[in-house]
Amino acid sequence: MPEIVINREWCKGCYICVNVCPRHVLEVDQESFDHGIHPVVAARPDDCTVCRQCELLCPDLAISVSGEGAGTPAAEARAEPAPGPAPRPLPAGWTTVASPLPTGRYFLQGDEACAEGAIAAGCNFYAGYPITPASEIMERICARFADLPGRRVFIQMEDEIGSIGACIGAAWAGAKAMTATSGPGISLMVENLGYAIITETPLVIVDVQRAGPSTGQATRPGQGDYMQVRWGAHGDYEIIVLSPWSVGEMYTETIRAFNLAERFRVPVILLADEGVGHLRENLTIPPEVRIFNRIGPSDHEPPFGGRPVPPMPVFGEGHRLLVTGSTHDEWGYRRTSSAKAQAELTARLCAKITDSLDEILASETYLCDDDGLDLLLVSFGFTARSALGAARMAREAGYRAGLFRPRTVWPFPAEALRAVATKSARVLVAEMNRGQMLREVQRVVPDARGYGKTDGEVIAPGEIWAAAKEWLR
Amino acid sequence: MSANTATTTSIRELIRPEVFPSTMCPGCGHGILMGAILRAVDELGWDMRRMLFVSGIGCAGWIPSPHFAADTLHTTHGRPVAFATGAALFNPDLRVVVIGGDGDIAAIGGNHLIHAARRNVHMTVICANNQIYGMTGGQVTPTTDIGTITATTPKGNEEPPFDLCRLVEGAGASFVARWSVYHIRPLIRTLKDAFQHAGFAFVEVLSPCPTQWGRRNQLADPVALLERYKDLCVPQDRAAKMSAEELAGKVVVGRFR
Repeated sequence: MPEIVINREWCKGCYICVNVCPRHVLEVDQESFDHGIHPVVAARPDDCTVCRQCELLCPDLAISVSGEGAGTPAAEARAEPAPGPAPRPLPAGWTTVASPLPTGRYFLQGDEACAEGAIAAGCNFYAGYPITPASEIMERICARFADLPGRRVFIQMEDEIGSIGACIGAAWAGAKAMTATSGPGISLMVENLGYAIITETPLVIVDVQRAGPSTGQATRPGQGDYMQVRWGAHGDYEIIVLSPWSVGEMYTETIRAFNLAERFRVPVILLADEGVGHLRENLTIPPEVRIFNRIGPSDHEPPFGGRPVPPMPVFGEGHRLLVTGSTHDEWGYRRTSSAKAQAELTARLCAKITDSLDEILASETYLCDDDGLDLLLVSFGFTARSALGAARMAREAGYRAGLFRPRTVWPFPAEALRAVATKSARVLVAEMNRGQMLREVQRVVPDARGYGKTDGEVIAPGEIWAAAKEWLR
Repeated sequence: MSANTATTTSIRELIRPEVFPSTMCPGCGHGILMGAILRAVDELGWDMRRMLFVSGIGCAGWIPSPHFAADTLHTTHGRPVAFATGAALFNPDLRVVVIGGDGDIAAIGGNHLIHAARRNVHMTVICANNQIYGMTGGQVTPTTDIGTITATTPKGNEEPPFDLCRLVEGAGASFVARWSVYHIRPLIRTLKDAFQHAGFAFVEVLSPCPTQWGRRNQLADPVALLERYKDLCVPQDRAAKMSAEELAGKVVVGRFR
């Protein structure tokens, strides 16, 4: 006799089953009431022909019919062997690898050096969309991936949203992924930047800034994305942003960006600008590179909790991962109404960065050895080169002047600035925007002043010196 | 033929039973589609641990996440195809299946859909087409028929809908099919074929929404809504013999490519 099993816990009372049965085997039991519905009962099981229409059309997987004559062949009982290891960055943790580019001196463009840094750091997936002044990164990656050994994927996507999306998908499939763009592309990417943050996906995003807002001036430099890369995505989060000032640092800071991304399971932004991206100068490629690869899970460790930086499994290894951009618990189950889950997740996403500032922050001081300073310039990226020139001009004029240059611009290295700013009579921030980093500096030095410029031209040393001289007088 | 063990028992191994009953409304077609996908995997004898289900935001995004005992990537609204592209290209051993609604796949994600079809990326995209934004309260979508009442077309929709199958076929998809959840056996067969297709496979699945679509259009009864597809849908071999007038208002179903 056919066996009809109805799971009353799963049934929601749509009664499709009762109505699609050609033999009227099933009935609604109007006499009983179970979790808000009248349950379905198999009133005439002897009449069942095991056509399984009720089972197949039940939206709640709540019916099973078995017996002779069942129309669908049974499955080959999970005949496949268990999946083996999937590709993932190895070995886990810190390691020293030979530079893929032969050691020596090279004359490269900043964007090209960025691509080489990515490759040295183990980047093996790149998805991007053409945009000035970042396209050279994509072109270099495309050409170099074709020649390098190992599994490497380059794809030009339909837009920047797709680019970062593909990078996140690839990262969970085990890739070290990067994309590069400029302001208009960053504006599109912030949607999935937030996704990468909440899902703790390691990823490097390069922003070669140009003059904005909107399309602005595509070939002209700017530093107007300083606040956008910090606050662009909605919600509460911390983010790591690095700023290179030379072709050499386009190489080394890209490596550092990958290392921090893998170490903390976060997206890291390399905030370059057109000036440094299109600059050509010498750099020395070292024979070896220190890189960090994400830590994988040991037995039954949750991928989204338990530790400040949880281990990261990859798809295809049998972990049955639940990765979601919704608020989730430590195993990835959506917890969209739990105050506790929301509070704990956002707190941990921030704390894993703010509790490890020693590993993340980096800044440089130049000409700051005196016991006291008349003038401290603060600047990042390409503008810091001019600021150093301005400090030298001030020194030639007899003033004790120096430069503070954050390499990590987010989180802002406030304590390092404070240490040098407290001994300076004046602090002047130079940047190619209308005072964005100035606000951050003023949280440390309230009477700091700014020299900002937004005409699409780089700031020359003499301009900064002229502004400083006015104040020093 | 071996005695069929209860399929629900068999597909139970493919789901996370602890998250059931599902979050879907009573009579939701997406639940029927969920069962069809699981039965297709089951009948192929495939191991869920080798499968990656990628979904977006909306009711259909919750079909695999968290119900399926496989790797799942529940992405942002409209982007599952882009995320899936990255995963599929980097690890070709993954069996990648995207599940999204008509809002997710055809509206906000339409650009990713046509480009993945053009590239012939190895994945199956299942569009659970209920012609409505269910989760946000029943607004019009790019597949809503003319005349349909929705929360944002209170006097009836005036915009013509996409024919998604023709859209992706035009974009170069190498496997294109459409069924409704009412056509459950051909749907399961088609899903099996799509999963085994070496390239981009697109399966549009008409799926009833009693709560948001049905209530506004005098078809709130799940049974009537489901059986509506019996008259609405015409298999393509029969459609080939019908005149344009006879086909007016009908939906052709079958494997188109």
